[in-house]
Amino acid sequence: VTIRRAAAAASPPGRRAPFVLVVAAAAVGIAGAAPIAYLVRRALSADADARALVPLSTTVDLVVDTALLAAGVVVAALVVGVPLAWLVVRTDLPGRRLWGLAASLPLVIPSFIAALALLGALAPRGLLQQVLEPLGVTALPDIFGFWGALLALTLSTYPYVFLLTAAGLRAADPSAEEAARSLGAGRLAVFLRVTLPSLRPSLAAGSLLVALYVLSDFGAVSLMDYSTLTTGIYVRYESLLALDAAAILALVLVVLAVVVVALAGRWRRTIYRSTPGTGRAAPIVQLGRWRWPALAFCATVVGFFLVLPLGVLVWWSAQADPIVGRAPVAWDAALNSALAAGAAAAVAAVVVLPVALLVWRYPSRLSRMLERLTLFPSALPGIAVGLALVFFSARIAALYQTLAVLLLAYLIRFMPYALASTRASLESVSPRLEEAARSLGRRPLGATTSVVLPLARGGVLAGAALVFLSTVKELPATLLLRPIGFETLATEIWQGTSLGAYSAVAPSALLLVAIAAPLVYLLSWRNAWELGAPD
Amino acid sequence: MTKLLAALAAAAAALALAGGAATAPEQAQSLTIYSGRDEALVKPIMERFTRDTGIELNVRYASSVSLATALVEEGRNSPADVFWATEPGTLGLVATKGLLQRLPQRTIGKVPSRFSTRSRRWVGTSARSRVLVYNTQALRPRELPTSVWQLTNARWKGKIGIAPTNGSFQAFLGATIHMYGETRVRNWLRGLKANDVKFYPNNTTTVQAVGRGDVQVGLVNHYYLYNVLADTPNLPIRNHWFRPGDPGALVLAAGVGIVAATERDAAAQRFVDFLHSKWAQRFIARGPGAAEYPLIKGVARRPALPPLTRIRGPRYSLGRLAGDLQPAIRLLIAEGFIR
Repeated sequence: VTIRRAAAAASPPGRRAPFVLVVAAAAVGIAGAAPIAYLVRRALSADADARALVPLSTTVDLVVDTALLAAGVVVAALVVGVPLAWLVVRTDLPGRRLWGLAASLPLVIPSFIAALALLGALAPRGLLQQVLEPLGVTALPDIFGFWGALLALTLSTYPYVFLLTAAGLRAADPSAEEAARSLGAGRLAVFLRVTLPSLRPSLAAGSLLVALYVLSDFGAVSLMDYSTLTTGIYVRYESLLALDAAAILALVLVVLAVVVVALAGRWRRTIYRSTPGTGRAAPIVQLGRWRWPALAFCATVVGFFLVLPLGVLVWWSAQADPIVGRAPVAWDAALNSALAAGAAAAVAAVVVLPVALLVWRYPSRLSRMLERLTLFPSALPGIAVGLALVFFSARIAALYQTLAVLLLAYLIRFMPYALASTRASLESVSPRLEEAARSLGRRPLGATTSVVLPLARGGVLAGAALVFLSTVKELPATLLLRPIGFETLATEIWQGTSLGAYSAVAPSALLLVAIAAPLVYLLSWRNAWELGAPD
Repeated sequence: MTKLLAALAAAAAALALAGGAATAPEQAQSLTIYSGRDEALVKPIMERFTRDTGIELNVRYASSVSLATALVEEGRNSPADVFWATEPGTLGLVATKGLLQRLPQRTIGKVPSRFSTRSRRWVGTSARSRVLVYNTQALRPRELPTSVWQLTNARWKGKIGIAPTNGSFQAFLGATIHMYGETRVRNWLRGLKANDVKFYPNNTTTVQAVGRGDVQVGLVNHYYLYNVLADTPNLPIRNHWFRPGDPGALVLAAGVGIVAATERDAAAQRFVDFLHSKWAQRFIARGPGAAEYPLIKGVARRPALPPLTRIRGPRYSLGRLAGDLQPAIRLLIAEGFIR
């Protein structure tokens, strides 16, 4: 906030934003938000036959079950992520850097692979039961349904909470905590009444990301056999001759997502803030004897959410599937995944530049509006974007069933990540540098490309990495929009699971994780924070 | 920064190339097939056709329903030339929108008349029967029900598996609604629910569940048994046919139609003819893991199968399915079988 104001002050009064920049920014923002209009039109024009396929009672059930799951996963992600972040940032936990890295790695495991691996371990006749059988355990609690979906989605989402909370704890000013301590408050009271409230923006941002992830999840809930709005939409698209009915449910899902964003914004608005930027780190808490339970906690989280799922995949990869034998690793699909994700990342990094530059250099009501417009689609579930683009492209023969449409879907969904990241890194670049370049004779575009962008490249790169990572993991929109013969790793894995050949797809699942894993290094924790602060 | 931009540009260029390859403009000697039939089952047929004729095939594999939806959505813009579906309802639906061509009499004449319609918009390529697959370790043949209606008996509580989102199950239900009325079918569904019927995503997973013993019986198409046994020969599973005339023994057909808007009529007709060739029919009937009923004279079914004339499903015209699918789907949603 402070920095933005400084930038505004530095910008000479009365200077108008270049017309080209405004037009480019507006075009990107509108292109991102427009296809959703097709969804709205289609849903609102549905006839009675279509409406009969989304009875009110079913819709209410699906909304309630979706919301319950989202709430459950948010709570679970907070319970796992917050203590972990506190231990890693604020205590003398042995090996805390390593724990921090291990705890953020599940970020690269998409929910449908998480579900696959958890089923392999915990389903009836799964690995765990095979291990426990000699001990007389013949049946495990049923993993299918709510609890299975909750576990899989917690695995894939708690790193968001962990990373954001850790960043919040680093940035927090320790003086309030010290004041509370000096007034006689115990350590627990300080954590609950001072530290936690000051983390509220981080917690709200993390919870928002987790909730939106759950709303748009399709793979994990399908595998765990838990019906939500996304499965309701997909079954109407895939099996029920009911595209209009799917559109109605998709619109309901979009509304739900918007409500979640509004709720999170509200929660975040009340902020306890002290003067930031003392530049002093909080003192490290000596765990003493408590380090054993703390280590046990970290080991449980990392063991269950990282070692177990990867272990299942590796173990499966080492043997032939009982159903289809040894399936070949889908190298073609891997190449397709990498190319599509690379292109999405490259294009996203470039097209968000006009908006980012506009907001940075020429802050105004218009530029902020354009920024919000561009950020809005990040709340849209993938299946809704996919469906909207099916409607949009089916009438245009040249576009229909082409890679361009699939790429557009990726851009609409993930461009906001690139924007948030680029914006964040621009904020640390002083506009005076650009002015200096201009005064030395550079033209506006030249000053931007030779001075400003090199300084902001960290954020641009991190944003592109995030788009790449998200695209590689994307399933529902890809299922709806992939051109004939174009399979990605995600769709290959998905099809393998529909044949019941779970272990046969394990090598492909490992490959997907391996492609995505190195990118975690590129995502600095600060960028994760900016990602969660889209307004 | 320059390096980064160069890398980005390279990635974009590489993708453009890949995209060009994936969506190469159609040449005269290529066809786009929308196939509701599983890639695993029919890929050899597609490859053989290309080898024999030199005509390249772009095949979009998906559920018959979603392909029918796509055809309707695309209208005249559809890239498809041929629609090969797993059951006649979706073909009929596309035909009623005027999107399928009339087929020549010589094509229709190749198969028994019950596997086409008078309007000649589609023709059967193979027949399949609805059956009850059962676990031979859990049940003896004489314990099996003689009619699908008996599955609501409390004796079957917790022991039945079905695939409510599967097109053939919906076709069976639609035909049954047509023959016996909605009330009777609704009560049957409620009876199944009271019997804790288990839902599976498709026929294959239902048969596998029966093989594992998760349920004792499953309502499926007959040939999935052979498909699953080809991969896992030791599963204790067998097909059981309900008594002649029972709706649970409905005989359905996979069928094919030529898209009205195609500009490659001749090649499309060659594909349809190929599906009726002795080689393709034999593959569909007796290829590895395959066990459908061939429709062409002179091609024998798998010896283990009872003759179609002995199954004698209910008297039901497959042309009606286009109209009977929607009521079935509506009922499945209303009764909570699909959410």
